[in-house]
Amino acid sequence: MDWINAIIQGTLLGGLYALFAAGLSLIFGVMRLVNIAHGDLIVLGAYLGLSTTLVLGVHPLTALLIVVPLMAAIGYVLQRGILNQTLGTDILPPLLVTFGLSVIIQNSLLEVYTADPQKMDAGVLETASLPLGDLSIGVLPLLTFVIAIVVIGGLQFIFYKTALGRAFRAVSDNQDIAQLMGLNRRHIYGLAMALALAVTAIAAILLGIRTSFDPSIGGGRLIFGFEAVIIGGLGNLWGTLVGGVILGVAQTIGANINPGWQLLSGHIVFLIIVAIRPNGLFPKVN
Amino acid sequence: MPNNSSEPILKVSGLNSHYGDFQALYDLDMSVEEGEALAIIGANGAGKSTLMRSVCGLISNDAAQVQYRGQNIGHLRADQVAKLGIALVPEGRQLFPSLSVEENLLIGGQIGREGVWSLQRVFELFPILEERRNVPSTALSGGQQQMVAIGRALMSNPDLLLMDEISLGLASVIIKTIYDALPGIIDEGMSVVIVEQDITKALSVSSRVYCLQEGRVSLEGQSSTVSRDEISRAYFGVE
Amino acid sequence: MADTTYQIKRYNNASHMIALLGVVVLVILVSAPYWAGRADMRLMAELFLYLALASLWNLMAGYAGLVSVGQQAFVGIGGYMLFALTLFAGLHPLVAIGVSGILGALISLPVALLVFRLQGAYFAIGTWVIAEVFRLSFAQISALGGGSGSSLPVGIVKSLASSRSGREALSYWLALGAALAVIAVVYFFLRSKRGLALTAIRDNETAAKSLGIDIWWNKFTVYVTTSALTAVIGSIIFLQKLRISPDAAFSVNDWTAFVIFIVVIGGIGTIEGPIIGTLIFFALRETLADLGTIYLLVLGLVAIVVMLKAPQGVWGFVRSRFNLQIFPLDRRVEQSKDD
Repeated sequence: MDWINAIIQGTLLGGLYALFAAGLSLIFGVMRLVNIAHGDLIVLGAYLGLSTTLVLGVHPLTALLIVVPLMAAIGYVLQRGILNQTLGTDILPPLLVTFGLSVIIQNSLLEVYTADPQKMDAGVLETASLPLGDLSIGVLPLLTFVIAIVVIGGLQFIFYKTALGRAFRAVSDNQDIAQLMGLNRRHIYGLAMALALAVTAIAAILLGIRTSFDPSIGGGRLIFGFEAVIIGGLGNLWGTLVGGVILGVAQTIGANINPGWQLLSGHIVFLIIVAIRPNGLFPKVN
Repeated sequence: MPNNSSEPILKVSGLNSHYGDFQALYDLDMSVEEGEALAIIGANGAGKSTLMRSVCGLISNDAAQVQYRGQNIGHLRADQVAKLGIALVPEGRQLFPSLSVEENLLIGGQIGREGVWSLQRVFELFPILEERRNVPSTALSGGQQQMVAIGRALMSNPDLLLMDEISLGLASVIIKTIYDALPGIIDEGMSVVIVEQDITKALSVSSRVYCLQEGRVSLEGQSSTVSRDEISRAYFGVE
Repeated sequence: MADTTYQIKRYNNASHMIALLGVVVLVILVSAPYWAGRADMRLMAELFLYLALASLWNLMAGYAGLVSVGQQAFVGIGGYMLFALTLFAGLHPLVAIGVSGILGALISLPVALLVFRLQGAYFAIGTWVIAEVFRLSFAQISALGGGSGSSLPVGIVKSLASSRSGREALSYWLALGAALAVIAVVYFFLRSKRGLALTAIRDNETAAKSLGIDIWWNKFTVYVTTSALTAVIGSIIFLQKLRISPDAAFSVNDWTAFVIFIVVIGGIGTIEGPIIGTLIFFALRETLADLGTIYLLVLGLVAIVVMLKAPQGVWGFVRSRFNLQIFPLDRRVEQSKDD
């Protein structure tokens, strides 16, 4: 029974990891950028959510109405102001600049919010559960998983069925020719980052309700998101959900064996997949 | 919009363009009149493609070196130039591989300029594309891809259409189909620049011709009156 | 023109002057235990160790194109090997430092095989995952104190030298020696045929491949060499600290973020860059340390501005202005008149 429970909990946890991963996957797909500050941006989103709930006295899920557009705006400005300048054939500038950003965000948060762990109060949502035979399923993890499916489905729709998604794919295919079509790639990249950080904001709020957070946890979230992207397969949005679930299940099963092995077993499953299939389970080949 | 008939739609003056470290155009002057079909011929490496890339903003130049309807555009980005009404059918077609045929056409139209060209009009011009509208652009034959590339440029309803080597690498029967479609495009009143290595084809659809040689204009004349001799001298540089 | 000849030179008059200056500086540094205070010596030792880490990262990222954000893995492994080898195998600390380098090399072999399967930026984060795996694994080893870590017993510390000042001098010389050795290794590596191949790969990977240069093998060699030396530096670092814990040993901030900032600010892809960068880093740290986290903010900001506005770093700027090299790698063609 413990094992079934671990698998169910892990699967639901995978929804959160998929949300970490979706933003990473999106910006990599559009502009081949790997954002090392992604995890710190998740933490930033959680703190923005915390401040919103404290200042306005609203429920964390209501805070999404403010945090999502705010993070999207931050994403657009960040991309146009800084990250666009790093894009090119050399991988060093984007890596080092986002690495610098990561340190800046982390220490700004330390300065403003201190190192004390924080948590968002979501009332009954935190403890509510649904009985399922002998097991009980937390409403929050279930909600997170459903949101992950909806968000990834939404991204998939935007990417493949809308003019914006067409522009994303065109710019990703061939920057020069896309420019000839009247698409300003700097603006398109800005929109892609805005969308990615809007998704990140959702992940951040769900993270902040689920567990306590402090400014130093960004690196770990980046790694989970990154592992989910690679496991699922590069460029595959639904793959991030599969990757997230595999990672989540590996972690809960590891924790079930020995509490100290939770993170370790997730990393090891990731490394095994890299060893066997470096492009992930379901890579999307262009 | 001022429409002074004596003023050329495009005027290139003293253009020095570089392709990487290499200077491809030297002090080049050229103009395109409103409504005309102009051919640019020249050997490989004469600078034809660099000229096209300079006009449409893929290569940045001094503002005044390229003028469009009296406005300096040499310094503008390609997307800004496109919005003014200049479209390029790039050499080698360069469709977007992850977009379907229809999506490739739609993305050409997303600038939102008004005009006669629409998805429906493009499908009337090249019926095969309507049949294959939902397949990935990579699944098309070379000739069909060229049709998409032309259709994609038309979708933006340009006033000036640049076509770079549209017959390159295609079978002659396909080239004929495409060239047969050109008069229908030109008759809509837009100005067209056709860059070609195939001199006969270029002369057959154009009213005026420039020949480039090593980055300079080596000949300028009426397509109907230039002689073969003049062309081969201008083309190959043999005296 | 008949009396004009061309010579290919590595050295010019300025580099001879600099070499002379270098000898003087070296003598002053080596004699520091006889003139410097305890705190200054400690600071200088730390500076030398950062210089060594930065030079190694620079060789890897700036020359071999291996942008790792996970070299803290080998700093931590070196530190833990020092503790394990002295505690359980009874080795003398100085021997343990050498052995930890060998073990670092051995561990880096399978790690390289794994992370080399990832490309570009994914390689970078992959190396970070590896470091996390080591951090979490060492936290599971209760003999080494588990998650809370352990201290080096007094007996082992005393085996270095009986007096405190003797230990401090030794520890200083170790750090200085390590930095000099690393810079020498990097310099001679880059001057060797393999170094030439590396430069060729950096300048144009496709062309290098067509010349028959085995890119994978070259990168692999660099990765293993730098990882082994990083482990050596790690064991010296923790011999100075005398205390180790998984979080300190595998800290991404301490052993990678700072190192990257040093290299970027100083000038990536040059031997001099890490030296300049280390000096700037310590100058900033000593002046801004009172400001707490603000200093890290400033550091991150400076690194971003340098990367965007002057990607060649401070040294790149100096070099392009004054055509100067402390470590002559380039060969210059010079014209000279025959009499």
